[in-house]
Amino acid sequence: MSTPNKTVKSPARSGRSLVILAVILLGLILTALVQGASSVRLGLDLRGGTSVTLQPRASNDANKITSEAVDQAVTIIRQRVNSLGVAESEVTAQGSGTNRQIVISVPGDSGRRVVDLVGQTAELRFRQVLAEGAGIPATADTSTAATPADGVAADINARFAALDCTNPANREGTGADSPADTIVSCSREGGAKYILGPAEVLGQQVSEASAGLDPAQGVAWFVSLTFDGDGTKAFGTLTNRVTTLASPLNQVAIVLDGLVVSAPRINEAIPSGNAQITGSFSQVEAQDLANVLKYGALPLAFDRGEVQQVSPTLGADQLNAGLLAGFLGLGLVVIYSLLYYRGLGLVTVGSLAIAGGLVYLLFLVLGATIGFTLTLAGIAGAIVAIGVTADSFIVFFERIRDEAREGRSLRSAVETGWLKARHTILVADAVSLIAAVLLYFFAVGGVRGFAFTLGLTTLVDLIVVFLFTKPIVTILAGVKFFASGHRFSGLSPKSIGMKQTQSLATLEA
Amino acid sequence: MLKLSGLGGRLYSGETSFDFIGRRRRWYSISAVFILASIAALAIQGLHLGIEFKGGSSYTVNKSGISVEQARASVASVDIPGEIIVQKIGDSKIRIQTGALTSAQSKGVESALTQTFAVAIESIDTQIIGPSWGKEITKKALYGLIAFLIVIMLFLAMAFEPKMAIAAIVAVVHDVFITVGIYALVGFDVTPATVIGFLTILGYSLYDTVVVFDKVRENTKSVAVVGKMTYSQAANLAVNQTIVRSANTSLIALLPVGSILFVGAGLLGAGTLKDLSLALFIGLAVGTYSSIFIAPPFLASLREKEPAMQALAKRVASRGGVSLETVSSAATGRPAIRPSGNRGPRNQPKRKGRK
Repeated sequence: MSTPNKTVKSPARSGRSLVILAVILLGLILTALVQGASSVRLGLDLRGGTSVTLQPRASNDANKITSEAVDQAVTIIRQRVNSLGVAESEVTAQGSGTNRQIVISVPGDSGRRVVDLVGQTAELRFRQVLAEGAGIPATADTSTAATPADGVAADINARFAALDCTNPANREGTGADSPADTIVSCSREGGAKYILGPAEVLGQQVSEASAGLDPAQGVAWFVSLTFDGDGTKAFGTLTNRVTTLASPLNQVAIVLDGLVVSAPRINEAIPSGNAQITGSFSQVEAQDLANVLKYGALPLAFDRGEVQQVSPTLGADQLNAGLLAGFLGLGLVVIYSLLYYRGLGLVTVGSLAIAGGLVYLLFLVLGATIGFTLTLAGIAGAIVAIGVTADSFIVFFERIRDEAREGRSLRSAVETGWLKARHTILVADAVSLIAAVLLYFFAVGGVRGFAFTLGLTTLVDLIVVFLFTKPIVTILAGVKFFASGHRFSGLSPKSIGMKQTQSLATLEA
Repeated sequence: MLKLSGLGGRLYSGETSFDFIGRRRRWYSISAVFILASIAALAIQGLHLGIEFKGGSSYTVNKSGISVEQARASVASVDIPGEIIVQKIGDSKIRIQTGALTSAQSKGVESALTQTFAVAIESIDTQIIGPSWGKEITKKALYGLIAFLIVIMLFLAMAFEPKMAIAAIVAVVHDVFITVGIYALVGFDVTPATVIGFLTILGYSLYDTVVVFDKVRENTKSVAVVGKMTYSQAANLAVNQTIVRSANTSLIALLPVGSILFVGAGLLGAGTLKDLSLALFIGLAVGTYSSIFIAPPFLASLREKEPAMQALAKRVASRGGVSLETVSSAATGRPAIRPSGNRGPRNQPKRKGRK
């Protein structure tokens, strides 16, 4: 079809194009059936759920952001998320190299827990308490409440005195405390502050953790820990040493991410390698903490880049709104094409229907194969694509009219018009595709869904124009209704602005 | 509709012709005014960035019969830094936006809201953006824009002519300035969805320009050989011939975008759909304008500077044609030689013989 003189073959070729299209459609339907994909996978913004984006933070410690560290973090976070037992939860790393974010999505209401669960570094340390005080900054008359311990540097004593645990900023666990340092720290609730010695038992020496309920204490949940060999030895030594000391030196603080969870007094040495963390835990908190400790600390500290929680109600609203906008847009385009292009408008409607079917099937198949999920932004992309797709038809139809105005017969106008429109459509769709690909690689989060559907629908547009619209118009050009320029065909001399007498002569020639 | 199609035919033949190229100074001045206004608006008011770019938290409570004042009082009772923006969305939703909060502060806000309005915590829709995240998003959006412009310019230079690529990019940059200016002036929220809509529209504006340039290329291919028209006249005919198509494609593109805007702003109130479609809507309008009034005249200006085209212009002028400066709206293209009004059949054979 590269030169006009081959147009004689067109009807046969048109038939072949339509067969190819039918094969593609059938293939997609069969694939969808085989995969059992019966509905499009919806994104969290359409069905409710929580998504958290974590950004690795370069902390002052030696833990640099490396690709391996991010991979390891993904694995640990995935284990923590799976411990929630919510189906279809996902943990993925987006971006490349060290500049990667970890995206966690958990559908449904239960996802709310995930926010605290995943971001937590969970660096567990056992440190000896050197001094304890109320969680407010020391003033002249309360300074006696905290008696600085011997052998503690003056600057640490000063920091301890100034520390205000009622300020929420001081109760943000950082996990950036170095194990070898003597540190000052707040309790999780902010009621007390401590000077703590170097860490003697570390979280990685914990081999097993589980949540339990102490019947004697009513509803007090605790977390039991079992140490490995080294941990058992170290914990035994620590507890053995402090039992004989005076208060507060006989307390061992359990420090999680730089905050003191509890600081129990040690009454006797514990050589068994078991310990309990008590605090005012609820059942959920105790279970989550046990899971976090079991799967180990993250190799990196993370900032919460973005947290989005969508209730199922809002999700349903957004889905309905998206669908409504889609049908409204489609309806308007159909009405406009029928009014303006009459008979040819039916070709537009048919093409849009085919395009819609292809896109839907692709959503199904891609959902089952590469885990494609349709988000609100994705729906918007698909709706915008209705316009882009319809534009290709307009470019083609107007070209046919142009050629008819030049005095060609309809059949030859279709072929020459197509040759010229093809270039325009290819270039214009290429621009759309470039935009979609760049958007996909530069965008983060939900916005990628928009780029993906835009790119996908542009490809579908090309398939439909080449394999459906063009062949159908070629076939229709041989039908008397169109060829004779019937006034409802959209190709009547009057509607394309030709003089009646002249055009009748050329069109019916 | 029929009248419009009739107009299409007359525009195609050149019987009716608008002078887009000849009056370029007028279009340039109009655009220059808009661009200056945009720069002024940007400098004075700046863009109203959403929390996604500057960091912050947003809470949406969905319950009928709640008031903005209640929500404001409820959140103000929690000790949090920064400004609190409370908005009513639709009939039964209230959105509270705050600055960047720690997770403890965020929990405080949530529990204050659940107590005030007696709703379950699960029914509050929240979005929390860390301060450093916004910088990341901004950086990515900028990189995306720059990469897009460079790649598209190279692609168009290959698909068409280098000068067409330059003219197309000038039109796109023009669109960027004016759209951003409108956002600064009106004070619409700029969110990542806005940026995406915006980048999409750059592609769309180029689509329109591509359609026009394709016809310009066709019309001007042999312009120097035929010697009947100057480059500008041939380009102007191309713009006239494609204007119905441009109007149609823009309208068809506007219909779905308009429905998203209608549904997004009217039914949902705020969010992705509204931000995206508003940017698309504004960008489409500006893009259609530039693909007719900015890109082709700019291309003609570039091409007319070529010695070959200047020689052609002299040849056309000496043949008794009208020189570029005096071309009027009623007489460009072929009718420049034969003033408009000659609509009789006498014109027809000439047209047939032309191709």
